[in-house]
Amino acid sequence: MKNNQLAKFDNETTTDILAKSKDLGLSKETLIEMYQTMISIRLFEEMADRLYALGKVHGTMHLSAGQEAVAVGTGAVMSKDDYLLNHHRGHGHFIASGADINKMMAEFLGKETGFCRGRGGSMHIADVEANNLGANGIVGGGIQLVVGVGLAIKMMGTERVALVIFGDGAANQGIFHESLNMAAIWDLPIVYLCENNQYGMSADIARVSSKVPFKDRALAHGIPGYYIDGNDVLAVYEFMKIAVDHARSRKGPVFVEAQTYRYFGHSKSDRNLYRTKDEIEEWKNRDPIKRFQSLLIEAKVITDTDIEKIHEDMTRLIDEAVEFADNSPEPDASEVTEWVYA
Amino acid sequence: MPEITYRQAIHDAMVEEMRRDKRVFIMGEDIGTYGGAFGVSAGMLEEFGPERVVETPISEEAIVGAAAGAAMVGMRPIAEMMFMDFIFLALDPLVNQAAKARYMFGGKATVPMVVRMPSGSGSGAAAQHSQSLETILMHIPGIKVVAPSTPYDAKGLLISSMRDLNPVCFVEHKLLYKIKGEVPEEEYAIPLGLADIKREGRDITIVASGIMVHKSLDAAEILNEDGISVEVVDPRTLRPLDVDTIAKSVKKTGRLLVVHEAVKTAGWAGEVMASVSETSSWDYLDTPMRRLTGKDVPIPYNRHLETAAVPQVDDIVREVRAMVNNQY
Repeated sequence: MKNNQLAKFDNETTTDILAKSKDLGLSKETLIEMYQTMISIRLFEEMADRLYALGKVHGTMHLSAGQEAVAVGTGAVMSKDDYLLNHHRGHGHFIASGADINKMMAEFLGKETGFCRGRGGSMHIADVEANNLGANGIVGGGIQLVVGVGLAIKMMGTERVALVIFGDGAANQGIFHESLNMAAIWDLPIVYLCENNQYGMSADIARVSSKVPFKDRALAHGIPGYYIDGNDVLAVYEFMKIAVDHARSRKGPVFVEAQTYRYFGHSKSDRNLYRTKDEIEEWKNRDPIKRFQSLLIEAKVITDTDIEKIHEDMTRLIDEAVEFADNSPEPDASEVTEWVYA
Repeated sequence: MPEITYRQAIHDAMVEEMRRDKRVFIMGEDIGTYGGAFGVSAGMLEEFGPERVVETPISEEAIVGAAAGAAMVGMRPIAEMMFMDFIFLALDPLVNQAAKARYMFGGKATVPMVVRMPSGSGSGAAAQHSQSLETILMHIPGIKVVAPSTPYDAKGLLISSMRDLNPVCFVEHKLLYKIKGEVPEEEYAIPLGLADIKREGRDITIVASGIMVHKSLDAAEILNEDGISVEVVDPRTLRPLDVDTIAKSVKKTGRLLVVHEAVKTAGWAGEVMASVSETSSWDYLDTPMRRLTGKDVPIPYNRHLETAAVPQVDDIVREVRAMVNNQY
């Protein structure tokens, strides 16, 4: 594994899942649910990839396979009232936040029944009613918007938290510092989650970043920052819980950097020229799902039979979503100019 | 009716709406104790406190981005750009987020926000503080662009802009802040998208906005002495543009001159002329449509050069005479 980042993780690697889950107050049922969600994300993405190959998905998409622990560990912490601002590689986070897979699949296929009536596609899936303010096609887009969401929460006096998730690439946008600075001076209830998957498209983060880990940049703004193993789902849960509790108790913004890795290319045009097969294989040895699964088996939380059943159930769910999307109508071309203005 | 300044009209619109609607707040640079670079928000911090008069660091991208984010979750932010020129630093959140969220999300989001911005030359501030960039904003579907020329219009249009469910760019020509005009004391609003005929006439239609309305009215006064009757139409809202009112006026006068301070190339005069040419008013034209605009230069510092860079009353008078005398 390439070691871009010499800093030691703030978390201790999860080895004894029973002791750890007891500490975190997670029931066995929750652990199984988390595992199940990770499987559903992986299967969803593999299906999306197949649909693309079949020519059913128009345009491009950004797959997050390999990063499921960040999505699921985070999703398990957030409350339904919290706001989510996501990045372009956002399928996992949406599924982990409880989004309807049928509507997601329909949006992929550009159908009227999709979350955005087929106007947004994979890169713009949103569910504003459910406080999901969308994936974003602009690197750092959510980092801009989240300041206002934090301000609004403060003005309205609610207990909500605004979670913005972005990649390592976005940490090099100018808005990153503008946003952290404002969040810090106004004590905004924002959780910044940097999902560091090592590459901004093809750019190796160590090559394009003056200072890693990025949590040090948060510390420079006086914002507490944690640097964690993003492939350890319980570590993600643990530190996201600390972060969300911090923001919810009105102690100001907080920053978590989760180190992880994507297996697929940046987008569909990526031929992986900037990294080696060996590197990808090394990361696959630390696969977040495999790691969690073996810990669950070791602790006898689940059996091989359970795993098989979960795979079958989730596969059926994904197949049903594809069927729903396939059978959904296309948007009507006569409505192409609808929804520009309210 | 009491006479107040354009600055006061904008100030009053914000203050009154903030009293009526708790969701409205303002954010921007130096808008608190300083009262804003042009004094528009003077006294607002004292009345509403730092929670609703949010003084920001110099971070335009984050200001407009934050406004968009707050708008998406139910607030009604007003973001102030100290100068319109600085909107370039904030075009990404304005154009790629605020303008598109509703469409991208299939009509399931609203972004009710106003970005106020002082535009224009005449203050000796040179190239980076004097631009008229409304055309660039007009080009973006999802954004509305408002440019009032009088205190009455400024207040009524700002009230409507704050109540609109879309991102509205509110363009305030900085030389207008001091002008006075009648403004009713009672609450009123002017709908967006409606042009106003500032002077009725028979021989030629001048379409002008912002400070150019006043220059056109001055020119009309001079031309009247020559027996040339000028109609001055102020679109007030540049997007959506009230093509009907303009086309109707052209049908009546048979001549169209568009006057704006923004530079000529790809300026909105072209949009007005193209829109008119698509209507039956085309058949009523007695002479080619013309435009009188800012020259294609950055605004210069030197007073004489600065004056020469944008249309003045004399230029308008000369152009109208040429058109009426069929010199084109």
